[in-house]
This record gives sequence, C-alpha cells and structure tokens, in this order.
Amino acid sequence: MTGVAIVGAAETTELGRIPDASQLQLHADAALNAFADTGLTAKDIDGVATAGSTPVEIVHYLGITPRWVDGTSVGGCSFMIHVRHAVAAIQSGQAETVLITHGESGRSQVGRGGRGAGTAGLAQQFENPYGAMGPTTMFTIPVLRYMKEYGLTHEQLATVSVVQREWAGRNPRASFRDPITVDDVMASRLIAYPFHLLECCLVTDGGGALILTRAERAKDFPQNPVHILGTGESAESPMISQMQDLCSSRAFRVAGSEAIRDAGISHDDVDHLMVYDAFAHLPIYGLEDLGFCQKGEGAGFIADGNTRPGGQLPLNTNGGGLSYMHSGMYGMYALQESVRQMRGTAPAQVPGAEVSLCLGVGGMFAASGCIVMGTEATV
Amino acid sequence: MADLQPRPLPTPTPETQHFWDGTRDGELRLQRCLDCDHTYFPPRPFCPECGSKRVEVFTASGRGTLLSYVINHRRHASFDGPYCIALVKLEEGPTMMSNIVECEQTPEALVLDMPLTVVFERQNDDISVPLFRPVEEST
Repeated sequence: MTGVAIVGAAETTELGRIPDASQLQLHADAALNAFADTGLTAKDIDGVATAGSTPVEIVHYLGITPRWVDGTSVGGCSFMIHVRHAVAAIQSGQAETVLITHGESGRSQVGRGGRGAGTAGLAQQFENPYGAMGPTTMFTIPVLRYMKEYGLTHEQLATVSVVQREWAGRNPRASFRDPITVDDVMASRLIAYPFHLLECCLVTDGGGALILTRAERAKDFPQNPVHILGTGESAESPMISQMQDLCSSRAFRVAGSEAIRDAGISHDDVDHLMVYDAFAHLPIYGLEDLGFCQKGEGAGFIADGNTRPGGQLPLNTNGGGLSYMHSGMYGMYALQESVRQMRGTAPAQVPGAEVSLCLGVGGMFAASGCIVMGTEATV
Repeated sequence: MADLQPRPLPTPTPETQHFWDGTRDGELRLQRCLDCDHTYFPPRPFCPECGSKRVEVFTASGRGTLLSYVINHRRHASFDGPYCIALVKLEEGPTMMSNIVECEQTPEALVLDMPLTVVFERQNDDISVPLFRPVEEST
C-alpha cells in the first residue's frame, strides 16, 4: 500500500474515430472529464505527467501551474510509469494532486506531432534497412521462435483474439463487439506471418486521464477511491532484434515482480488482470512473465477458458487493444479499465474484484510499467 | 519492381563507422571485450557486459542460423511483395536483424535454425547492407 489513490479517471467522451479533435484536444477532453469525475479544476492540480505531448503543452493548454512535471515517454506503458512516479512525488510531498493525461489521434492523425525518425539511431541503422516498418513487423518477430520452443500453435494464438472479443461483446464502448471464431481469425488477411489482421490491435482515436492524490483525502471525492497498492517499471532495448530472450520480456519480469513485491500480494490475491495487448501474443507473454503461468503454459491457460468471462482470472475485460480501442499508446485504457473494475463500474464487471494488476508495454518489448490497484476493502 | 525505392539507408555514427566500413569492404565486423571476452553487437566503444573500454573490432565468420522472422505482407516502398524480416543468430553469439535472400519468402522455405551465411548488397559507394542466404549443411 502506497498511501496514494486514484480519485479521478475518465476517457475521452468519444472513442474510435474523432476527426474533429486534435491530439492536444483529446488530452484536454479526457482531463476535463476527469475533473468532472472529481469536482476538481485545473487550479487544484499541482503535478502533471504525460506522454505523446509534453507536460509543458498540457499545463499551458489546461491552465495549470505545476510544481512537479514528468514527461517520461517510453511508449504505451508511459502512463503506468507516470502513476508510479506520481506515487513517489505525492509520498515525498513534491506534489499533492497529480493529473496524468493521454490523447492520441492515432486514426485521424489530426494535430499529431512527428516522431523525428532520422537515420542515425541504432534502430534506424540496424533494423530499418531490412524493411522493419512499425509494430506489425517488429513486435511480432519473436513469436515463431516462441512457437518452436514451446509448441504454441497458430490456433492457440488466434484463440487469444477470440476470447478478448467475448469481453468486448459485453462492452458498449468497444470498437468491435461481434463474436469471432478461431476460423475467422485464421481466415483474416495476413499482416505479417504468422499474424493475421484479427491478431493485431485496432488503430483508433481517443484519450484518457487520471487524477491521483493522498489516500487520506480520497474519501472527499465522489467516486469510490482506487488505491495504488504497488508499482514497477523497467526498460530493455529500443531494438526488437536485441531482446535478450525472444520468449520472455525482461522488462515485464522486472516491472511485474517489483509491483507484486511492492504491493505485498501473492498471485492468488489478483482478481482481475490487464495485459497490454497490441498483438495476440502479449497476453501469453504477460501471463508467463508475471508468474501467473509457467513458461510455455500461457496459451493453454487462455485456451482452457481461465481468462474468459466466468474464468478464474479475468483478463483484458474491456476487450483489450485487439477489440476495445488502441490509439497507439494503449496503456492509459488498460489503467482506466482497472480503475473501473476497482470502482465496481465496469461494463463487464468482475463480481467482488478487489485487486487488479495492470501490465503495460512500451515500444516493442522495449519498456514496461506495472500497477497493482485495490479497493477500499484491500487497504 | 521498377518502381521500388532504395532501402532506408543508415547514417553511420563515429561509434558504428567501422561496421559500415566493413560491410562496404565485404566483411561483417563485430566487437569483443579484451577484459571479459564478451562479443557484442550493435557497435559501441565499450563492453555492455563489463563496461571496459578495452575492446577490439574483429571480422566475424559471417555464419549464423535463422532465429525467428516475420513475412511482411504490407506494402513497403523498397520491397517487392511479401518479404521476410529475419533475426539471425550469429555464430559468435550476437543477434542481428536482416533479410534472407536467395530463398523463397515462405514459411516452408524459411525454416527456423537453418544455417545461413552473409552476403553484402551494395547500395552506394559508402553503404552495403549485410543480408543472409541459406547454406547447405555440410555433412
């Protein structure tokens, strides 16, 4: 238990295709919704963290005078890491009330800043010449090795998408809700063998925001407080080709074990799990690297129904990046679903869930952040 | 084919210049630590294992095996049709990304752990990129 709680949480009013809002406005829309969730205003915020935009842009646009900022930008798990850093800032007194924002015009590309590709970085020198072009060709590249080492089948990989679509079907805000079968997944077009379209995440527009403060203040806010029980973070390599072990993420292992230790929980305590799923193999890696499954057993665990509605370890209950939404840096939406589950307000609510673990990935297995949350009853 | 763009070409930095000089001259150059004997890639002027700056550049065998890959089906301006993006495990230990040439770009032809050897594809006077082709296993 950290003594810090999430008291405000909201996504953008719309998700999916939002052609009439810039990326910066998506940050702001989410932040304003989070203010409404708490009754706070920009004047009450003294710490700001963001990725995709800079904290400077956010404080200026929203009218915040911060005494603490964090612009850690390591991909889609940046927001998990912001939560961890905000916890430390609040604990030490460097900030009292921290706003974390995300907004991304991933689909409509309105007001989206460039990434400054260049040609002299290590990835630009040693991966781009071979036709590596974004996550579909890089995040996916370890999986054939995993298949050979652990016997993962194409059908098992497809099953991950099928199960997550079951969750999405229970979520009115999910982009894709119609049930799919393993055959549907296998018949969808190849994006990068062995990955089919339905094993790759969506590309949508949206945003989200969180507000954190000291847990003792949490009861002053209208929503059920969500307590931060533990946190972890790590990073490995900007190049997928330099991953130490193609069958396991070092960043997952380090961030996950630290968060679990920090929270003082055991795996059996976890009622609800989010694993950032840019592609269908990520939940498999996450289950194993977090220690919920032995190496090589994650896919079977999913295929056996353990993570589907009614299973013992509900996973990616919003439908995930595969079916709910994925703006590019999805981590914020995984956090939002953990908050909803801990508040008891999720569309596909897990009955009695009191501990949620949320694992994010940044880049292509480049970085990770992990947050363990709990309800009032857990602290 | 005629409309293909050149590959995205690297801009060497002072730390990587020896590698790209090597591929231009038909050599695959790696680095080795003189203190702990660790062989590593990508280039840097110190050992990532022990931090020593006593490192040397040497010419690798150019032999490796196919560690993993994808066959990209989305259009890339520099490639004709589906193409393999591969991870090659070099005989000396490090892994590098590359393409597999002189080979059908199919799962049937691209068999994990098959032996490979380096070839160099000239791009311009300064840059040649290291690619790999299958070799028959010697018996």
